[in-house]
Amino acid sequence: MAMGLFAFILYATWATFQNSHYYAAPYLSPFYSPCVSANCTYQTAPLVGSWWKVSPALAVVWIPLGFRTSCYYFRRVYYRSFWLSPPACAVADARPRYSGESRLPLILNNVHRYFFYLAFALAIVDSWDAVAAFDFSGHFGIGLGSLIMLTDAVLLWSYTLGCHSCRHLVGGRLKLLSAHRIRYRLWKGSSVLNRHHGLFGWTSLGWVGFTDLYVRLVSTGVITDPRWVLH
Amino acid sequence: MRSADTGTQTVRLRIWRGDSQAGRFVEYSVPFNDGEVVLDVVHRVQATLAPDLAVRWNCKAGKCGSCSAEIDGRPRLMCMTRMSLFDRDSPLTIAPLKTFPAERDLVTDVGFNYAVAGRVPPLAPRQTEPGEHHRIWDADIERVQEFHRCIECFLCQDVCHVLRDHESNKNKFVGPRHLVRLAELEMHPIDTADRRATARHDLGISYCNITRCCTEVCPAGIAITDNAIIPMKERVADRFFDPLRLLAAKLRSRPDSGPAK
Amino acid sequence: MGAALSELRELAAEIEVHSFDVVVIGAGGAGLRAAIEATAMGASTAVVCKSLLGKAHTVMAEGGIAAAMGNVYAEDDWKVHFRDTMRGGKMMANWRMAQLHAQEAPERVWELEEWGAAFDRTGDGRISQRDFGGHRYARLAHVGDSTGLEMIRTLQHRLAQSDAQVFMEHTVISLLTDADRISGVLSYSRSDGRFVLLEAKAVVLATGGIGKAYRVTSASWEYTGDGHALALRAGAELADMEFVQFHPTGMVWPPSVRGILVTEGVRGDGGTLRNSDGRRFMFDYIPPYFAEETAQSEAEADAWYEDKRANRRPPDLLPRDEVARAINSEIKAGRGSPHGGVYLDIASRRSAEYIMKRLPSMYRQFKELADVDITTDAMEVGPTCHYIMGGVRVDPETGASSLAGLFAAGEVSNGLHGANRLGGNSLGDLLVFGRRAGAGAAAYASGAGQSGRISASEVSELCADALAPLTSEGGENPYQLQGELADLMQSNVGIVRRSDELAHAIERLEDLEERSYQAHAPGGRKFNPGWHAALELRSMIVVSRCIATCAVARTESRGGHTRDDYPSADQALGRINFLLRWAGPKTGPSTGGSLELTTAAVEEMPEELAQLFVQGQGS
Repeated sequence: MAMGLFAFILYATWATFQNSHYYAAPYLSPFYSPCVSANCTYQTAPLVGSWWKVSPALAVVWIPLGFRTSCYYFRRVYYRSFWLSPPACAVADARPRYSGESRLPLILNNVHRYFFYLAFALAIVDSWDAVAAFDFSGHFGIGLGSLIMLTDAVLLWSYTLGCHSCRHLVGGRLKLLSAHRIRYRLWKGSSVLNRHHGLFGWTSLGWVGFTDLYVRLVSTGVITDPRWVLH
Repeated sequence: MRSADTGTQTVRLRIWRGDSQAGRFVEYSVPFNDGEVVLDVVHRVQATLAPDLAVRWNCKAGKCGSCSAEIDGRPRLMCMTRMSLFDRDSPLTIAPLKTFPAERDLVTDVGFNYAVAGRVPPLAPRQTEPGEHHRIWDADIERVQEFHRCIECFLCQDVCHVLRDHESNKNKFVGPRHLVRLAELEMHPIDTADRRATARHDLGISYCNITRCCTEVCPAGIAITDNAIIPMKERVADRFFDPLRLLAAKLRSRPDSGPAK
Repeated sequence: MGAALSELRELAAEIEVHSFDVVVIGAGGAGLRAAIEATAMGASTAVVCKSLLGKAHTVMAEGGIAAAMGNVYAEDDWKVHFRDTMRGGKMMANWRMAQLHAQEAPERVWELEEWGAAFDRTGDGRISQRDFGGHRYARLAHVGDSTGLEMIRTLQHRLAQSDAQVFMEHTVISLLTDADRISGVLSYSRSDGRFVLLEAKAVVLATGGIGKAYRVTSASWEYTGDGHALALRAGAELADMEFVQFHPTGMVWPPSVRGILVTEGVRGDGGTLRNSDGRRFMFDYIPPYFAEETAQSEAEADAWYEDKRANRRPPDLLPRDEVARAINSEIKAGRGSPHGGVYLDIASRRSAEYIMKRLPSMYRQFKELADVDITTDAMEVGPTCHYIMGGVRVDPETGASSLAGLFAAGEVSNGLHGANRLGGNSLGDLLVFGRRAGAGAAAYASGAGQSGRISASEVSELCADALAPLTSEGGENPYQLQGELADLMQSNVGIVRRSDELAHAIERLEDLEERSYQAHAPGGRKFNPGWHAALELRSMIVVSRCIATCAVARTESRGGHTRDDYPSADQALGRINFLLRWAGPKTGPSTGGSLELTTAAVEEMPEELAQLFVQGQGS
């Protein structure tokens, strides 16, 4: 698990700082979406001026980073893998003192819900990207990349909507779920996704990386995107 | 080991013997039969080799939560651990729960759990009209029923590293069992109390770093972390760590009355 | 605190002494409910229990609490419940207890809900009620199939809000009396072996049953009949000790779990019994007494689950004594399952989802202990010793025994269930009569004035007697003696009894009793199970003698007492209860004539209740 996380971090860091080959029409790498600065190859929305000199990915990448870092599932992973507290169940902690999440900095994990709000918005953007991935210069088409982008969006939604904060906000916080029919249904739905939160956490993480890699390979011309376009 | 001619098998056990002062593992070798559980074999040691071997047990059917021990290092109920899990020749190690003071042999002093139970404020039921009874719906009670499956075996308390590895935390953190109790009261459809400040300040919910070991060992299959502790952490966040909600509560110029309507 | 106590302290510096108005022995449903009531009435109260709090045998109760709330069938009321209880008990029950129970059980259930119990619900938000054997309507309030757990935890938390003091893992050795009234309780701590003397104005016995006296039993180690033996030796009367209930469905395989209970809820929720030919054999065993209200065809039985008004109950849901005897006969006739039981099948009759929702702990129990998936395969089940209807004879209103200051509630008491208990009536019993006994004890204590005297010499004699197994040389292993007792009772005083076997058992029991006082338990006083077993053995033997003695006297078959040599019911015997008193020494092995057997007429019920049993009230 630690290895998987470590490998992803390495790749993501490298990809984030590349500042090139993140767009291969009509596919936009999820690391760079929404692309909001003036120096974007493909701009989603012009929110940041030309003063932004570094990679446009840096303008948004902190959102998924914060979301996943404060995620109740990934917290378990890094507390176990990196903090070694505990390394495994019924195995002694590596350090003698322990205050859990009661102090700084770990108390900051309580902001998770705010990252959820942002991640929710981001998932909408990613969905838009996935829709746009079927738009080949005004013609509807399906490329391998379109399907990869679509899968990416579905996995991101599955992960985002099964988030513990989401589950709490849509209904979990209510004392009487029965008094709120719609929120009860939303909570039920979120609970189903929540049971597999770890699974969606890992698959969406891996798939985001894979999507970026695919866009990158198409953009650099290493591979050609097989596609079928309706004319 | 299965002996070829009779079909009976023998197992070697390393059982911790001792008291609060000192102790050591003692090896016993006893026969066992198909379908038996670890508790059967421990009872056989008691009946034939060591009559004074101390072990707690009651129902022998996974309903009372008395026979908790650490079998080959994993916290388990002895009555629900079948011998067929361990098909090998090396001895099986049975130790008392590590988190609680040794009393004698496999019996530990679990008084901590009873002592801190009182720190969770009790149910504060909403009033009904005279002669009327509560109408409660599945949607509300099902959440609570999961927590009521708890058999107080204290395996979650034992495996929780916050208590297990840090003796000093025992006065700050009540452990997963009591956070489940907290959740069942907070989510109880007839309850009216707000225990969020208690959860943070007296029960030490923020000491939990959700590593889910409690959930892994729970013999009642309660999703302790996902369904009890994290929802309670979120409720505590509502009360203490959500600036917008705090602001909204201020603007409404009355104390946040909690999620209950 | 009396002068005698300070004297005691000097005499035995190691004895811990406390003083209470009310001491409750046992922390199951009855004990906890009694303690809650006693504290609510202002009595200083102690609870003494052999296990940790919340582990008592009540935790294993599965099906539910019988209470005529009428949530599922509005026609149900206390009169119907009363009638079911009396008929299920073969008209041997104390009518007043049956009436109080039927009237008060609903209030007690609602009270539990008020204290936080999370009962399963009906579609309109009320407490759901399930079908059980012998109950005319779906009547059992339940929480899946672990109602006992819910009840004990709810009561435990409620008690925690009072200032009652709990002595966990303490065994009571003797009740102390002063001139025919209770003066205290002598116990010892199981964990460190120290003696603890509780001076008490009133004592409530809530120690449960005697199941461990049998080999195949649904009981835990705690069920050694301590309360029965304590009461008897202190001078109280026991009644109906021959009536022992064998639950029809216990697990039969693997051997290590033989006897563990399979809830009647399986049949209540649609499960059916079959023999090795696949035949639903219960149709062959419908007794004339219940014929009028029992389905005669499989079609009618199956239709009853959907429409109880137009159809009659399946014979699978006859009272437990009938079903246990039927299963016993099928097995003896060679139509049993491979491991010596019969089949209980719900897999072919209900969806997996339904089974998981209604019977989750049965699913787990079979999956984990027997490798059987009850949603796809039939269970193998057979009779298991489950409950004793006999016990301390009590006043219905207060639970007072014939010994002043001694009260009893729950399984250790007698009266509510007559010759056979209906499933679901036990949990109601605990609540209704636990509360009444707690109130009775508190009221008695407040009017009792000074506590009775405690004799220092008696206490030291009792302590010495209790410590004997640790030092006796060359005595037998108490576990082996317990095993011998269990085998003896199982094969000679079991489901079906005969005079020669009973005589043999009584003879052997005298021998076992002698040997039990010689038993040797090596090791020290700190949590020494061998020592505990040696002491519990004494109670078990006394209780076994009571059962065998009454079983000899009742020369008929009725409810939980079946005689091979007297296979039918005897009208005259059906009108008397057998009572036992102790005439032997206070401690040590008994003498030949130590059990005095007398009879008392079953109390006649008033005319308006008797009317309920007249023809026309129908099934």
